[in-house]
Amino acid sequence: MIDDIELLKIIEKDPRAVPADIAVQLGVSTPEVEAEIERLKEEKILLGYTAEINWAKSYPEKVTALIEVRITPQRDRGFDNIAKLLSKYDKVTDCYLMSGAFDLLLIYNDDSLKNIAEFVYNKVATSEGVLSTATHFILKKYKSNGIFFEDETTDDRQAIVL
Amino acid sequence: MTDLNSKISSCVASVPPSAIRKFFDLASEMKGVISLSIGEPDFVTPWSIREAGINSLVDGYTHYSPNAGYTNAKKAITSYIKRRYGVEYNPNGQCLITVGGSEGLDLAARALINPGDEVIIVEPCFVAYKATVLFAHGVPVIISTRQEDDFKLKAEDLEAAITDKTKYLILGYPGNPTGAVMTMEDLKPIRDVLMKHPDIIVISDELYCELNYVSDEPSSLTRFPELQDRVVMINGFSKSYAMTGFRIGYVLGPKELIAPMTKIHQYCIMSAPSMSQFAVVEAAYNCDDDVIAMRDEYNHRRRVIIKGLEDAGLECFTPSGAFYAFPSIKNTGLTSEEFCERFLMEKKVAIVPGSAFGECGKDNVRISYAASMENIKTAMERLAEFTEELRKGNH
Repeated sequence: MIDDIELLKIIEKDPRAVPADIAVQLGVSTPEVEAEIERLKEEKILLGYTAEINWAKSYPEKVTALIEVRITPQRDRGFDNIAKLLSKYDKVTDCYLMSGAFDLLLIYNDDSLKNIAEFVYNKVATSEGVLSTATHFILKKYKSNGIFFEDETTDDRQAIVL
Repeated sequence: MTDLNSKISSCVASVPPSAIRKFFDLASEMKGVISLSIGEPDFVTPWSIREAGINSLVDGYTHYSPNAGYTNAKKAITSYIKRRYGVEYNPNGQCLITVGGSEGLDLAARALINPGDEVIIVEPCFVAYKATVLFAHGVPVIISTRQEDDFKLKAEDLEAAITDKTKYLILGYPGNPTGAVMTMEDLKPIRDVLMKHPDIIVISDELYCELNYVSDEPSSLTRFPELQDRVVMINGFSKSYAMTGFRIGYVLGPKELIAPMTKIHQYCIMSAPSMSQFAVVEAAYNCDDDVIAMRDEYNHRRRVIIKGLEDAGLECFTPSGAFYAFPSIKNTGLTSEEFCERFLMEKKVAIVPGSAFGECGKDNVRISYAASMENIKTAMERLAEFTEELRKGNH
């Protein structure tokens, strides 16, 4: 019997881990892991695999913005309709419903501040139900998804410790 | 010219430097070696623990602490033990904070041994057990455990080793170098033997208590109420909380035994590092999740190692604790030193000859999985190649 949470933690930590490797780590068979991964995909629990990339090094033009959006919830649909519409833009990588002073938080990536500004005032601000927006730009990433962008951890242990 | 060697105390001189010194030097000098020979966690200490240490410095706690330790640190330790073991100790009088678990072993030896007293040591084991006994003019009496018994201590072997000179027994489970665990059920016959010999003290080294992959419940002789008046627990944060560099451990036991140990500690050490004691308060109260996360990761690696040993054709009992596997290399026809030296030279992977941990470890090698999964996988691939080449070479 596979512990789902343990399996998902392994995949989250190393999305490249193949079923045979995961099976050894969990002490189960490879077909069991494959079947469980299939089930988790079917049930939309395991949604995809992403890579963590330091774009600032290879593609410094890329700009990431956090866009706070205040909206009027719609009757019967609440916030979902507007959130889903705003999520449809490919360059919106994340969209969350938030507690606090605003309602939706969008994370948006583009090649220039100008493009982001256009997206905000042409697409977001003009959407029906949107009351206001506030845009913040990411200046530097230190850590994302648990991965440090600059720290180099070195193993300074002695070669042999009894 | 004075012969300085002749000035060295005979009991210190009688303890040979580690038998595998040459191998040590070799491994330390070689470049690009994957080391599975390290008896300390590869994880960096959880941040909140480091932060607690830093904050103590910011707040100016840079002085000696009371000899036995700060009261809040002792309370943190005894409350942690109560929570995990269900055993109660009075923080005042039954708890001494030491410089790592090793100091506890030394204190026990010096507090208890009169010259000629015998101490029962269960091998293969951590190298300091025998040395601390010899430094204190004691006589080590060795019990050799066996792979077919999963390196557990058998009651009949204990019974046979006891004489009227036996002062104490040192028991270290989960074990370095074997990874063996003795469950509460396994410990019952040991308790029964000890009940027949009420004068024998037990020093229970439980540094690896949190790294047990078969049971969440710590197994320890301290949990038998009928033995509590003569079991001293030596424990610490180094292994479970990845805090080796903090040099912090503790001993818990009857106040009649903790008092003389505290006396030695007071004269020779003064007090454990103050900063580390503050770090321990955070560890003991707030870091269960960190310990569980590290244990889960070790467990994944443990299974990869077991599979790797199988693939390499090395016989290994399934280790259930600590972060070591202790496979037999007997079928290769090499001694453990030869095996490790050739594996290092030919495949650039360092592991430790079992002979370093006692005569009965001479057919085994210690493989530590306190290393990254990537290094473990590469090392296991190289191990399979190595044993394959040995087999071909042997025919």
